[in-house]
Amino acid sequence: MGQLASALVTMILGVLACAAYFYGSNALLDWLFPGKNRPAEQIARNLRIANRIRPWLFVGPAVLVLTFYLFYPVIDSFILSFHGRTGEEFVGLANYQWLFGSDEFYESFRNNMLWLIVVPTAATFFGLVIASMTDRIWWGNIAKSLIFMPMAISFIGASVIWKFIYDYRSGDDPQIGLLNALVVFFGGEPQAWITIPFWNNFFLMVILVWIQTGFAMVILSAALRGIPDETIEAAVLDGANGVQIFFKIMVPQIWGTIAVVWTTITILVLKVFDIVLAMTNGQWGTQVLANQMFDWMFRGGGDFGRGAVIAIVIMVLVVPIMVWNIKRANAEMEGR
Amino acid sequence: MADLKLTNVKKVYANQVEVMRDINLDIKKGEFIVFVGPSGCGKSTLLRMISGLEEISGGTLEIDGQVVNDIPPSLRGIAMVFQSYALYPHMTVYDNMAFSLQIAKVEKGEIDKQVRRAAEMLQLTPYLDRLPKALSGGQRQRVAIGRAIVRRPKVFLFDEPLSNLDAALRVATRMEIANLKESMPDSTMIYVTHDQVEAMTLADRIVLLSAGNIEQVGSPLELYERPQNVFVAKFIGSPAMNILPCTILAPGAQTRIALANGHQVSVPIDVPAADQGKAGFFGVRPEHLLLAQAEDEVLLEGEVSFVESLGEATLLYVQVPGVEDMVIAKQTGTLAIHKGEHVRLCAQPEKLHLFNEQEHAYRQ
Amino acid sequence: MVTSKKGSALTLVMHASVLFLVILWTIPTAGLFISSIRDKDQLSVSGWWTALATSEQRLVERALDPTHQQFEDGRWVIKGNLLPESDGEIVRFGVSSLEPEAYAVGELVDRKDKQIQVFANGDYTISSDQEMSGRRGDRIFFTAEIPPRFTLDNYREVLSSEGLGQSFINSLTVTIPATIIPILIAAFAAYALAWMKFPGRALLIAGVVGLLVVPLQMSLIPLLKTYNLVGEFFGVGSKTYVGIWLAHTGFGLPLAVYLLRNYIAGLPGEIIESARVDGASDFDIFRKIILPLSFPALASFAIFQFLWVWNDLLVAMVFLGNNEEHLVLTGRLRELLGSRGGNWEILTASAFITIIVPLCVFFGLQRYLVRGLLAGSVK
Ligand SMILES: Nc1ncnc2c1ncn2[C@@H]1O[C@H](COP(=O)(O)OP(=O)(O)OP(=O)(O)O)[C@@H](O)[C@H]1O
Ligand SMILES: [Mg+2]
Repeated sequence: MGQLASALVTMILGVLACAAYFYGSNALLDWLFPGKNRPAEQIARNLRIANRIRPWLFVGPAVLVLTFYLFYPVIDSFILSFHGRTGEEFVGLANYQWLFGSDEFYESFRNNMLWLIVVPTAATFFGLVIASMTDRIWWGNIAKSLIFMPMAISFIGASVIWKFIYDYRSGDDPQIGLLNALVVFFGGEPQAWITIPFWNNFFLMVILVWIQTGFAMVILSAALRGIPDETIEAAVLDGANGVQIFFKIMVPQIWGTIAVVWTTITILVLKVFDIVLAMTNGQWGTQVLANQMFDWMFRGGGDFGRGAVIAIVIMVLVVPIMVWNIKRANAEMEGR
Repeated sequence: MADLKLTNVKKVYANQVEVMRDINLDIKKGEFIVFVGPSGCGKSTLLRMISGLEEISGGTLEIDGQVVNDIPPSLRGIAMVFQSYALYPHMTVYDNMAFSLQIAKVEKGEIDKQVRRAAEMLQLTPYLDRLPKALSGGQRQRVAIGRAIVRRPKVFLFDEPLSNLDAALRVATRMEIANLKESMPDSTMIYVTHDQVEAMTLADRIVLLSAGNIEQVGSPLELYERPQNVFVAKFIGSPAMNILPCTILAPGAQTRIALANGHQVSVPIDVPAADQGKAGFFGVRPEHLLLAQAEDEVLLEGEVSFVESLGEATLLYVQVPGVEDMVIAKQTGTLAIHKGEHVRLCAQPEKLHLFNEQEHAYRQ
Repeated sequence: MVTSKKGSALTLVMHASVLFLVILWTIPTAGLFISSIRDKDQLSVSGWWTALATSEQRLVERALDPTHQQFEDGRWVIKGNLLPESDGEIVRFGVSSLEPEAYAVGELVDRKDKQIQVFANGDYTISSDQEMSGRRGDRIFFTAEIPPRFTLDNYREVLSSEGLGQSFINSLTVTIPATIIPILIAAFAAYALAWMKFPGRALLIAGVVGLLVVPLQMSLIPLLKTYNLVGEFFGVGSKTYVGIWLAHTGFGLPLAVYLLRNYIAGLPGEIIESARVDGASDFDIFRKIILPLSFPALASFAIFQFLWVWNDLLVAMVFLGNNEEHLVLTGRLRELLGSRGGNWEILTASAFITIIVPLCVFFGLQRYLVRGLLAGSVK
């Protein structure tokens, strides 16, 4: 109980401190530059000053936090990637040489590429198919809700769930893992799935697809519903059948949304870490960049230089998406 | 309660486009001023500069003799009613009206008194506890007006307050605004609209704007009877005034002009002798063109190419030989005139208008 | 949507395939849940899909030893029950391992100089004319139909002895402030970026959009370094709750600012101007107009951030560490996965505890979540 109370106190203090800043700083500004009960010229001057300062009171904390937690680290990681284990002595390109000379990197990189191809494709594909089907049946919303549900489950929780499905019992013991039970039921030989090199990658990817399909489905379903009925009716009048309407009329109209879904999942995939850590910890040929980086951060007390170099590789992979995003946002703002 | 004075007021937006140029305007305490003009001419911009929502790029704005260019909206003693009502959707009608007083930390009893007084004036008392979404368009507009009244402003600013209402409600609310003005003879009101009927019925004085300039300021009848230029002449009145190019033959107290088809007319407008032989424009309102009887002097004649029967009036579109645009004549009642018939039109001389080459009226 | 009239067969196929997909998507979670409430012994020997079926089990028990014999009606008798806890039913029994199903229940079986009788409910009697001897009881083989057994024992165990209760509180302590703080900070920034004029605004917006995709892995090492320094300086160590709140705030902020700015910029400008004419300062406008009107957007981001923080493993491991008193649920689950890898009764119950809160949030507030997703993606 005492623990619960102290947790509660910590929480309230943390939140109050944050709220107090906004109240306090604004009150201070109003007190320093009052906008009432003064001669007109003074009010005008005060307000001009206050209005110049106030936006920074509002965005200040966000700018500080963003700078410290995201912007500065990007630069520091870059610098660290030229330094040794402790991040102190300069080692030039040694970390890069090590990285590009290590087999583990190529394995992670290949696996990451596999993830990048398979997961966004599969999740978007299933999302699109499910969205288009559930929109036409009366219990579609319930179906969507259930398929969306894995979104709420942590990667680590999902890993436990799927590890249970892939569970393997040797010998004649009854299989309690669903997959092996099915294999046995159909007369096959049970397998220790997550230890089969190369293919085990796909068993891990299934988990992320399972989680992300709901996300793709929700967004694509909204996009599909946004398609003007007239275009579809016109196609019906032109004699197109259901499949043609879907691929030639509907899908082209939501390309933009498909691209957004795709990139969102892609970014997520680049960061995927928990699943690999929990399922195999990179053994049996399943290593990925994010997990490898985590590994180097703590392995033998941590090698900051090598960790940073892997982080840089991940960053480089996202840069194109970042550029595309900024362009899109700018275009949008001009359209406003 | 306040005099308003604009001196050389300018507005330049960030993109360097000058949307208002050297506006000079004097508004007397208690006047009802209407800004009209075509869409995009800068009516809202001017109003928003007066309110303080838009910065004034040049010139000065004085309220009661005090320059208020840098004073924030809330301290200028103005209240504004927006086209979209801009009610706070999450507050009840009462709270919407009380908001400004609460911000100003007026004590509770006084707030209550003010709100109830305004609600009473606008017949909003039964709705005080409702949210805006549970009100009709007209009621919402009244709440927006009530919110302005509560502040007891020196100047009321209205930006097209009626344009979201349907035709019948617009007429009713227009009359309410007229009554409101009557009950508050001391408050100055500035009202933006692009509807000339609203302008004509409500205004003490109309300010007609076009492309960032004031074209004419005057009472509704002045603008109707003595437009200073072709733009004003065409803007006020519906259908618009017929404007025909002409040549000035003999200037004088009675000026003789020749229309494009060679037809000569004499108009009782004084034109300086220097303008002899120059081109100009001749104008006559459709409602002033009558079917000529035998003894009248015929002003224009031509073939009817189109007839519109409106019930209370009939519009004849007449193709006058040698004149490019169709001449419109508005006759009261219904007429048995058909397409293709030849008509002869006349007008009383004092209803004619004459403009010089630069489209300025000769009669000031 | 087009409704095809011709294919009732097609519609049927559609229903069937959606049903199939829904089952495919829910079965993993269902399996976890069912397993977590099964009896530990049943869980490890049979698949969870058999949980509801009455299982026929061949069992063997030793009867009570002769010290329990009593003298009744002139005979020596041992009485007992083979199924003391469960309400199963015995169908056949035997007295030797060669013929474990030799007899029907109720039959009187002679074995050596004893008579043995077993009843369906598990009661048995062994009787003899003479006093029985020997140190051990006789073995009785029987086939019983054991009904499914569900229990909360697994939960009881993980909550107390595996430290999940403590982790649950830790998770809450991390999650609640790490949800509220970024919302506050982001909402103020979003309002400024949407409705206030100041130099550098466009640049800031572009910056936020850019940071939206920066992988948080980039930040870990530099932040860990800085945290170590700061922790040393204040002598509090680098793993503190404040540290992780701020870290989560930092990582959640780009999305928060982006979502909220989009929403707030879409609010009608006349309402804000009207408030300005009414004399409200920007701070008043924010508190009294923007906050109430942005509730849907705030709620949807709150759900996002809550799910993300609650489900996070990486940030917690780096900034809160692995020591017992700070371990959050996800970290605890990972630890159990290592130390109790084969004990499915513990893993399933623990996993279910970690996902129950997000699931409740998810099903309770799904509407807002969907709205937020759409605001962020479909334009
Ligand atoms: N923020 C702005 N930046 C640049 N130009 C603007 C801005 N706001 C308005 N303008 C321009 O200023 C001119 C005047 O606009 P204003 O809104 O005052 O017109 P209006 O007379 O009220 O028109 P309407 O009758 O359609 O409301 C327009 O040409 C418009 O394009
Ligand atoms: Mg306007």
